[in-house]
Amino acid sequence: MSLAKFPPRCRQMALGLPVGRSVCRPQLGGARPWAPLSHFRAPVQVSRGLLRTPNAPLSRSRGATPLGPARSHRMQKVSVLLFLAWVCLLFYAGIALFTSGFLLTRLELTNHSSCQEPPGPGSLPWGHRGQPGACWMAAQFSRVVLVLIDALRFDFAQPQRSHGSGEPPASLPFLGKLGSLQRILETEPHRARLYRAQVDPPTTTMQRLKALTTGSLPTFVDAGSNFASHAIVEDNLIKQLNSAGRRIVFMGDDTWKALFPGAFSQAFFFPSFNTRDLHTVDNGILEHLYPTMDSGEWDVLIAHFLGVDHCGHRHGPHHPEMAKKLSQMDQVIQGLVERLENDTLLVVAGDHGMTVSGDHGGDSELEVSAALFLYSPTALFPSTPPEEPEVIPQISLVPTLALLLGLPIPFGNIGEVIAELFSGGKDSQPLSSALAQASALHINAQQVSRFLHTYSAATQDFHVEELRRLQNLFSKASADYQWLLKNPQGAEETLKAVTAELQQFLRGARAVCIEFWARFSLVRMAGGAALLAAACFLCMLASQWATSPAFPFYSLLLMPVAWGVTGAVVCAGLLATTGLKLDAVVLAAVAAVGSLLPFLWKAWAGWGPRRPLTSLLPIPRPILLLLLIRLAAFFSDSFVVAEAKATPFLLGSLILLLVVQLHWEGQMLPPKLLTIPRLGSSAPTGLPRHSGTYALRLGVGLLLCTRLAGLFHRCPEETPACHSSPWLNPLASMVGGRAKNLWYGACVGALVALLAAVRLWLRHYGNLKSPEPPVLFVRWGLPLMALGTAAYWALASGAEEAPPRLRALVAGASAVLPRAVVGLAAAGLVLLLWRPVTVLVKAGASAPRTRTVLTPFSGPPTSQADLDYVVPQIYRHMQEEFRGRLERTRSEGPLTVAAYQLGSVYSAAMVTALTLLAFPLLLLHTERISLVFLLLFLQSFLLLHLLAAGIPVPRPGPFTVPWQAVSAWALMATQTFYSTGHQPVFPAIHWHAAFVGFPEGHGSSTWLPALLVGANTFASHLLFAVGCPLLLLWPFLCESQGPKRRQHPPGHEAEAKVRPEEEEEEEPLMEMRLREAPHHFNAALLQLGLKYLFVLGVQILACVLAASILRRHLMVWKVFAPKFIFEALGFIVSSVGLLLGIALVMRVDGAVSSWFRQLVLSQQR
Amino acid sequence: MHKLSVTQGSTMKNTDIRRLFYAHLLCVLSVILSTFVPSFFLESFSILETHLTWLGICSVSVTAVNLVLYLVVKPNVSSKRSSSSHKVARFLKCCIYFLMSCFSFHVIFVLYGAPLIELVLETFLFAVILSTFTTVPCLCLLGPNLKAWLRVFSRNGVSSIWENSLQITTIASFIGAWLGAFPIPLDWGRPWQVWPISCTLGATFGYVAGLVLSPLWIYRNRKQLTYKNN
Repeated sequence: MSLAKFPPRCRQMALGLPVGRSVCRPQLGGARPWAPLSHFRAPVQVSRGLLRTPNAPLSRSRGATPLGPARSHRMQKVSVLLFLAWVCLLFYAGIALFTSGFLLTRLELTNHSSCQEPPGPGSLPWGHRGQPGACWMAAQFSRVVLVLIDALRFDFAQPQRSHGSGEPPASLPFLGKLGSLQRILETEPHRARLYRAQVDPPTTTMQRLKALTTGSLPTFVDAGSNFASHAIVEDNLIKQLNSAGRRIVFMGDDTWKALFPGAFSQAFFFPSFNTRDLHTVDNGILEHLYPTMDSGEWDVLIAHFLGVDHCGHRHGPHHPEMAKKLSQMDQVIQGLVERLENDTLLVVAGDHGMTVSGDHGGDSELEVSAALFLYSPTALFPSTPPEEPEVIPQISLVPTLALLLGLPIPFGNIGEVIAELFSGGKDSQPLSSALAQASALHINAQQVSRFLHTYSAATQDFHVEELRRLQNLFSKASADYQWLLKNPQGAEETLKAVTAELQQFLRGARAVCIEFWARFSLVRMAGGAALLAAACFLCMLASQWATSPAFPFYSLLLMPVAWGVTGAVVCAGLLATTGLKLDAVVLAAVAAVGSLLPFLWKAWAGWGPRRPLTSLLPIPRPILLLLLIRLAAFFSDSFVVAEAKATPFLLGSLILLLVVQLHWEGQMLPPKLLTIPRLGSSAPTGLPRHSGTYALRLGVGLLLCTRLAGLFHRCPEETPACHSSPWLNPLASMVGGRAKNLWYGACVGALVALLAAVRLWLRHYGNLKSPEPPVLFVRWGLPLMALGTAAYWALASGAEEAPPRLRALVAGASAVLPRAVVGLAAAGLVLLLWRPVTVLVKAGASAPRTRTVLTPFSGPPTSQADLDYVVPQIYRHMQEEFRGRLERTRSEGPLTVAAYQLGSVYSAAMVTALTLLAFPLLLLHTERISLVFLLLFLQSFLLLHLLAAGIPVPRPGPFTVPWQAVSAWALMATQTFYSTGHQPVFPAIHWHAAFVGFPEGHGSSTWLPALLVGANTFASHLLFAVGCPLLLLWPFLCESQGPKRRQHPPGHEAEAKVRPEEEEEEEPLMEMRLREAPHHFNAALLQLGLKYLFVLGVQILACVLAASILRRHLMVWKVFAPKFIFEALGFIVSSVGLLLGIALVMRVDGAVSSWFRQLVLSQQR
Repeated sequence: MHKLSVTQGSTMKNTDIRRLFYAHLLCVLSVILSTFVPSFFLESFSILETHLTWLGICSVSVTAVNLVLYLVVKPNVSSKRSSSSHKVARFLKCCIYFLMSCFSFHVIFVLYGAPLIELVLETFLFAVILSTFTTVPCLCLLGPNLKAWLRVFSRNGVSSIWENSLQITTIASFIGAWLGAFPIPLDWGRPWQVWPISCTLGATFGYVAGLVLSPLWIYRNRKQLTYKNN
């Protein structure tokens, strides 16, 4: 029996090298189940040259580079990274330039209305001028109680007409719970009104508070600043109340503290950010509400309840908890109504609504319809309420409240007063009440006209013609009104006409503002798009060029930077001398253009007429078509909305295309199937490397994974027929205990499977046996992390059921556990960066030899026990024998050095890093997303194998990563973004991620929650970008499988009598091939980075073009702008991740180099 | 002498192309007839509203025409044994292959994003019609012989103009069905955007386009096309 029948690893054992714990058995007859073990190892006999002649020159040894070139290669690495960073900066400059021109900005005027100064010429009604309490109109109420119930959707307050139809009402938990409103509306119709308040998006609390006090429209840019609310600089109701000397008492949401610092005479703030806490704010308010009210030391009482909103965020509106919360609010209103005095107005308002899932921020119908309820103990309304509550803009409340309280209307208000409140009660004459309404409207119109005038003088936002039209409308209405005042008798028609004209003007003004506060700067938009396009072009050009040996790293790097800095300085100087404002964005753009132009010029000069222009477009045609389809999809709002389904479809198409292409090229077909021997002559690919169905199986597996991941799908709001997957909700929201436990088991199972898969992979390539610290971490730290994650999930999903005694413990643990996991991951990454070379070094003579005693055994083995006994015996015998033979053949045997797992040293580091990254990211998601993460790893594994199957084993020469690989990778990143429950719209952001590890909120810090939420949102971008170098490395890894199988088909036992040295000659070098040509390695990394940046950059370019071409589209703020923002942020995250990934590979490469050097030095000694 | 054989070959090829063209014309006719004829017999028949009926009729008629063409034209005279039992076995095998292809298409559609539980019948009929356009011609021309199929659908694997046209029509049907999926997400609200109508229509258009184009393409490239086995 020959030694070669053992798997090679066992042969190494035979050489006297103990190999881990795994058992080596001789290969008895054909393919055993453990035959694949033969690929477990990729030893590189580093010092083969050294072995025989220990004093051989260093440079001859494979892999160990001489010191001089090593330094130059290190420089080259640095320049590759810098080059990529420069390209990223170009993209960033383009994105910034476009953003500055595209995203809405509204000028905030700091003018204030004052009591003494009327908004326009003409006498004020009733001759009141500047008297406190009756500035522009006489006050009707001296006090007001404003109850803000966060996210009080209109239908929460809508009266239920159960007596009309006989069916039982309130089948939904939120319907008909505010019974006191209904009762008041029915019993006191002249004192109360319910309105459906139409809210302007964005429907986030801070924006709504701004609108509810200033009467203006918050703009798009404000939407993101919900974390850091800042004091309002515009004129607002609170400011006016303060200057009128009213005492304001506030209790509730502490957002008000940031918006109106120091504005309240008495305030009880409660933390608003912890959306898991339903009761703290509300109970705190209730503690102070009635005592304050009874004390009478207030003029304005504001109570901002958060329970309904938090209940929506936590459980959604359909949860029984919502019914409880609304009933509590009902009691509050009831209590207030009972305590109300005659001079007090009660306002109950919701600041916005909520979606079916309880979120808000967007502009769906459910989010923008809020309830508004007014109640006065005295009769206020001339008529009974209409059957269906009237729809009014929410900001109408601002001028109405101002005039009712006898205050000036805030300067920037564009709301329209609710005219029926100024009719003077039910007893007044119809004519005088109509006149009073017209005068209120007129003051309102004067104020809006003044604002428009001031605003258009400050900026050029509005179209001149629109303004003129409005101005004409206002002049006519105003003239009619003045005429009316002079001839008050018998002018009912004129009165009606004047009211209609004033209302028309106010509505027109509001419409103009809504339309034109999207102030686009077309120059900047075009400049940004052009810069992005140029950067994309550069990526493609340079990715072509990078593999050619004459790629001038230094000059290409230094020259653009020098030019860019020069351009920026010149531009800054010009701007400074001309006295214009210095704009960082413009400076960056000028620098980018300045650095881009010389590069393109040089490229043009270098390109010359020698090569045809067609080679500029190196992307294969089907891939190009697929990319074009993907880009075209950005221009249709339907496709952007449906991207969650379209991306897996495109990915599936690409996968099947790859499989079909493999078949078409004949790489899958065993030659015996080919009846016509034509293939061999035409196709240079040689023999197929895999069995016929290998690629097909990979493809089907990929499709299956993609489809399964697609089950975790969150619906965009635009498709009401679609139902979001319930699996995206946290386990804590599940009601059934058994199902919850099963799901929990599945999630933990996914964790364990992920862990096991990574460990299996590492073991497959042998890296798990290295004694290096990162591997130790993988062995022990990763299970610990998984344990921590599982424990955290258990706590988070069952926190409600914990007994009260343990509450504190649970709260503490749910803060500590995630931090511990993140800490472990960080420690693992540091270890990995410190010692990234995970190899097992064995010096041949180091192990002391122990002679084994052989016990005799005769006859054929009959049972398993016999086999178990006999096989090690045979093995040991052979080991001994071979050792003897070795020593005979090699006199310098003791110097043998075998390094294991060098063949997968880069990928092992990458995979370890990715796993370490994945765990904290996983923790930020809800529990069941762990299944998606498992699928993600599986999917990328299969895809890498499929891609590697199509690439022939690279011989020394330029290494390239094909375009289809990069495109598929980017597509998969997008697909995972969706299958982890994200959508590129703001309401779909997973805010709960900010509380992972911080159950009590963050206090005043804003960057940490932003980081957590960002990491949750762009987890897939980050993972795929960091893992991008695997695309380059994987074909080398797969090299170990291909040729071997061909060399040793089972059954060729006779051939197996190969001498060990020849065996080693055929040993696959795997990733060490990359080290054979370090220049090509660096160039390949550069090319990979550029290609990935190109694919991503083209996406952002398409987004930019779509947003700018369709900037007047109905859906621009709903679909295209959020898509652009998410895509831009995703690009930034991806590019940073890409740089990190490439830097990690380079770090490993550097460590391998120094490792080789050390090895060689130690051998010399 | 040499020249003579070349001209013989080319005339052979020309007649073959003509036969191919007529055969394809028949197939196109069968598709067209299946859309118009049933309205004479069935109340309120239209492609969009009674789509499933049309799918069934179209599938049956195209299969029938393909079978008739196979029996009449006999593009490959390769049956060595022609015992009746062998024929029956072959026919049964063909049926099994057809069913297998229907099921695997169904699975692939679901993997591509078709609903798993709802609209099963619709999805399956789409699989049937696509099998009719692709698997049935393969079965007629190549028989239940997977190796031959794999050969035809690989580079330089075709050995006659019949196989060449088979390649073209099959690929065209697939591409048509693939393109048919694109209008589905659009918000135009047209009745043909409903799953799977746009895909079945796409597959049908692709098939018809393949039928029309393949003889023309072969005719244009007849000089370049050489089949060693012919």
